[in-house]
Amino acid sequence: MQRIGVFVCHCGTNIAATVDVKTVAETLGHEPGVVISQDYQYMCSESGQNLVKNAIKEHNLTGVVICSCSPRMHENTFRKAAAAAGLNPYLVEIANIREQCSWIHKDIATATEKAIILGRAAVAKVHLNAPLTAGESPVVKRALVIGGGIAGIQTALDIAEAGFDVDIVEKNPTIGGKMAQIDKTFPTLDCAACILTPKMVEASQNEHITIHSFSEVAEVKGFVGNFQVKIKKKARFVDETKCTGCGLCTEKCPMKKVPNEFNMGLDNRTAIYIPFAQAVPKVATIDPNYCMMLKNGKCGVCSKVCSVGAIDYKQQDRFIEEKYGAIVVATGFNPIKLDKYDEFAYNQCPDVVTSLELERLMNAAGPNGGTLLRPSDKTHPHTIVFVQCVGSRCDDSKGKPYCSKICCMYTAKHAMLIREKYPDTEVYVFYIDVRTPGKNFDEFYRRAVEQYNVHYIKGMVGKVTPKSDGKIDVQASDLLANEQLHINADMVVLAAAIEPDKTARPLATMLTTQMDTNDFFTEAHPKLRPVESATAGIFLSGACQGPKDIPETVAQASAAAAKAIGLLCKNSITCNPCVAHSDELMCNGCSSCEKVCPYGAITYIDKEFRMPDRTTKVRRVASVNPAVCQGCGACTVACPSGAMDLNGFSNSQIMAEVDAICK
Amino acid sequence: MNKNLKEQVLRSSGANVLKCMRCGKCSATCPSYDEMEYHPHQFVYMVEKGDIETLMKSESLYRCLTCFACVDRCPRGVEPAKVVEAVRLAAVRQQGGNRLSPDMIPDMLDEDLPQQAIVTALRKYAK
Amino acid sequence: METFTYYPGCTLRTKAKDLDTYARISAEALGIVLAEPDDWQCCGGAYTTAKDEIATKLSAVRALNAAKELGRPLITVCSACHNVIKQTNYDISHDENMAAKVNNYLQLPEAYTGETTVYHYLEMLRDVVGFDNLKEKVTNPLTGRKIAAYYGCLLLRPAKALAMDDPENPAIMEDFIKAIGATPVIYAQRNECCGGYITLEDKAQAQKRSAAVMNSAADMGAEMIVTACPLCLYNLRKNSGSELPVYYFTELLAEALGLKEASNE
Repeated sequence: MQRIGVFVCHCGTNIAATVDVKTVAETLGHEPGVVISQDYQYMCSESGQNLVKNAIKEHNLTGVVICSCSPRMHENTFRKAAAAAGLNPYLVEIANIREQCSWIHKDIATATEKAIILGRAAVAKVHLNAPLTAGESPVVKRALVIGGGIAGIQTALDIAEAGFDVDIVEKNPTIGGKMAQIDKTFPTLDCAACILTPKMVEASQNEHITIHSFSEVAEVKGFVGNFQVKIKKKARFVDETKCTGCGLCTEKCPMKKVPNEFNMGLDNRTAIYIPFAQAVPKVATIDPNYCMMLKNGKCGVCSKVCSVGAIDYKQQDRFIEEKYGAIVVATGFNPIKLDKYDEFAYNQCPDVVTSLELERLMNAAGPNGGTLLRPSDKTHPHTIVFVQCVGSRCDDSKGKPYCSKICCMYTAKHAMLIREKYPDTEVYVFYIDVRTPGKNFDEFYRRAVEQYNVHYIKGMVGKVTPKSDGKIDVQASDLLANEQLHINADMVVLAAAIEPDKTARPLATMLTTQMDTNDFFTEAHPKLRPVESATAGIFLSGACQGPKDIPETVAQASAAAAKAIGLLCKNSITCNPCVAHSDELMCNGCSSCEKVCPYGAITYIDKEFRMPDRTTKVRRVASVNPAVCQGCGACTVACPSGAMDLNGFSNSQIMAEVDAICK
Repeated sequence: MNKNLKEQVLRSSGANVLKCMRCGKCSATCPSYDEMEYHPHQFVYMVEKGDIETLMKSESLYRCLTCFACVDRCPRGVEPAKVVEAVRLAAVRQQGGNRLSPDMIPDMLDEDLPQQAIVTALRKYAK
Repeated sequence: METFTYYPGCTLRTKAKDLDTYARISAEALGIVLAEPDDWQCCGGAYTTAKDEIATKLSAVRALNAAKELGRPLITVCSACHNVIKQTNYDISHDENMAAKVNNYLQLPEAYTGETTVYHYLEMLRDVVGFDNLKEKVTNPLTGRKIAAYYGCLLLRPAKALAMDDPENPAIMEDFIKAIGATPVIYAQRNECCGGYITLEDKAQAQKRSAAVMNSAADMGAEMIVTACPLCLYNLRKNSGSELPVYYFTELLAEALGLKEASNE
């Protein structure tokens, strides 16, 4: 005979103002099996929990129903309380009478009636609850960081600092990411390379860190604590272990007309190249799209000049497999393509550039050695117009619906740096709103206006007309003056929206993590679990989760590292016992469950069954890996024979709830 | 604020003026800006406020070229030209609201003027 | 040989005969049949975007429905007709309310809900003939001529209804210019308005707009401008104050196909 206790929470006035909690407690007290039913002001408080614990002991309860807030809030609290009183924690059920009842109803009578029904359903369910015991699975003490920008580097350094091995997989020939391309950083204007390159060197020298550059994640299997990852090491046609990075090959390579992606295509590199002086690893890579030896077998200069014999034209892509306990995604961002916005003439005029291109134009290691010159004629620009929000904050059909967050600040930075270095240059910034929330951010922007006399104009640019004399007519709104302006500019700089790297979407599929409609990875909770994905063991670092500046990226990178370290510290992890299992006698091996499982938790095994006539028969049946199963229940719905069931949410429990609601 | 007129204009234009983020790109790209007393972004804002009668009296109604530059370039998909058209229709539909009548045409013609210009003007300026 | 229902429009019968004549003879040479229906009506010159305007949209729907009944795509060469007909077709297939009102009024044997495919003549050259094939048929290439394509506003916008080319970075006319052997000149004002019908009301504004277009083209080195629109041609020739010659694209097409002299004889 079940002995069930019901506890109805007031949640101050959150519930009690709309739900008559006394009536709820009294009515539920008459439900079959209920031996005690009480209400209390705050069930989650210490004394509220004691009420539950004492009742368990005093009445020797076999099940507990808490009528309170969402189980997301306090299910764990009450499970722990029950366990402390000697009751299996999975014999506790929560009836959500706050989010799903008191908060959404106005009428007390209706809300009270609904609360009673919800409580009754929970009582009916708890009748069928079985005690569950969580299993354990071991943790591989090694982490994988996908992406070697500042986010990935910081995460790897922090994990290594805690004493764990960590691998960085970077798709480009060097780590460093976008930050390596940036000249100065806001709001302090310190040199990006000066603060980034020490970290790059540290990463390469740390005994716990292995950098797989020019590599990609090809396949991910397994689950939290025990991921098996296949990494593709792309052929760079140079033996990394031999190359000393002397750079002689890059000097001698006759194919010198390859657009240099590190300088945003503003100058050229050779077919064999080292992306930049501080590249890590400092190893040459051959670009097979341009190398004449690889294309038609006619050259071989690099091989001849290499004194260590590192060049290997026959190198192939190679795959390695490695096990990891935790994976951190740090795939970063890119500026969007601007083809759709050619009213700004980006495709028509070389002097209309993106902000990232301007970074390179102003960088000492850039195409002009740090002197700001127009790409078209290498002359000094005297009037520069900045356009904000290009492709950001748009209606879905026009661009990205979100604010790209970093543009207001980097534009203020660019404007100030230009005014500082070239005081004869007039700088205009067309803005819709100036968004500078951040420590010392608004002060930074005000300095651009007040000290550097940058012309901030509220309005948007509507049409850019390049002219044959090299000038650019910029037609724009000045909304405060109620005028349409024509600025005779020398350069136009577009603050292109940023978007997640294109590799993120296929990676999310491999990792079975969620993304939003913009392809940013979704965090497990927007406020309380910002660096974890909803998939156990997968953490998020940097702009792959949403637009971020460097300080925020680094903070999040360290937070992701802390979460990964927390996981790696454990020898084993407790699994969620509310997982699926299949009744092998009922399973007909149809594979429906395997197809719908988003976590790859279901496999098929051939199993021997004893038949009534004492013969044996081998049948193919589903088998759930409880360490991988996240308990979503998709398989139980898909299963045509009813063999698949979910612990804690069995078909019979759910039917009992439905019956109780419909009574 | 004239609530009925506002609703009429919103219905007729099919535009959602609340999507506007006040960037002014419509006015920045408008080829008739200098000829207009009220500019495209003001049309959108004044319709939002329900200040339709002021717009109905304005010459600006007849300066919009319906070139759709604002419609295609608005980052928010507000479609300002359709708002202007709805206000203009509200004006020319009034008694005596026709801005152009067929008997005015002969004086405007020259030998090369395509018919297209006349039918378009009649469509825009008269009911 | 492909047959299209050809909608010339009122202007092509009168002031823009060149646009029409050269379109017809060129189509014939390219193996395209332009079948003109007997009883088309003027499209109205401008599409009324207002949701509560139905009567002004009917003539375009009649033309679209005539093409549907003949089971052929509809083709236009005048930018304005093309714009009106495509916008009408777009709205009638996307706005159920409008489709219901229009059909309620017209009482057609079968309701028209946007079934007809609408081509601009340039789209036919690109998508049906193919610019590569066109290039092969050119007997008199306009080699060395620097030609600026003028799209104006009607050919490209609103982009979601017209769906002809990228509205900010179009290529169809430039590709056409290349196909007939000439060199396209790209200039920023190619997709800005010439002033249109404002020439009736405010000459100064029309002059300002058309001058901006012509100056931008001339500035970028154009020796000639081509357009598909009679009103653009008028504004650019008469109001811009520029000496730059302006032609219909069909005239150059006919010239490149070696048909121009023949037709003038």
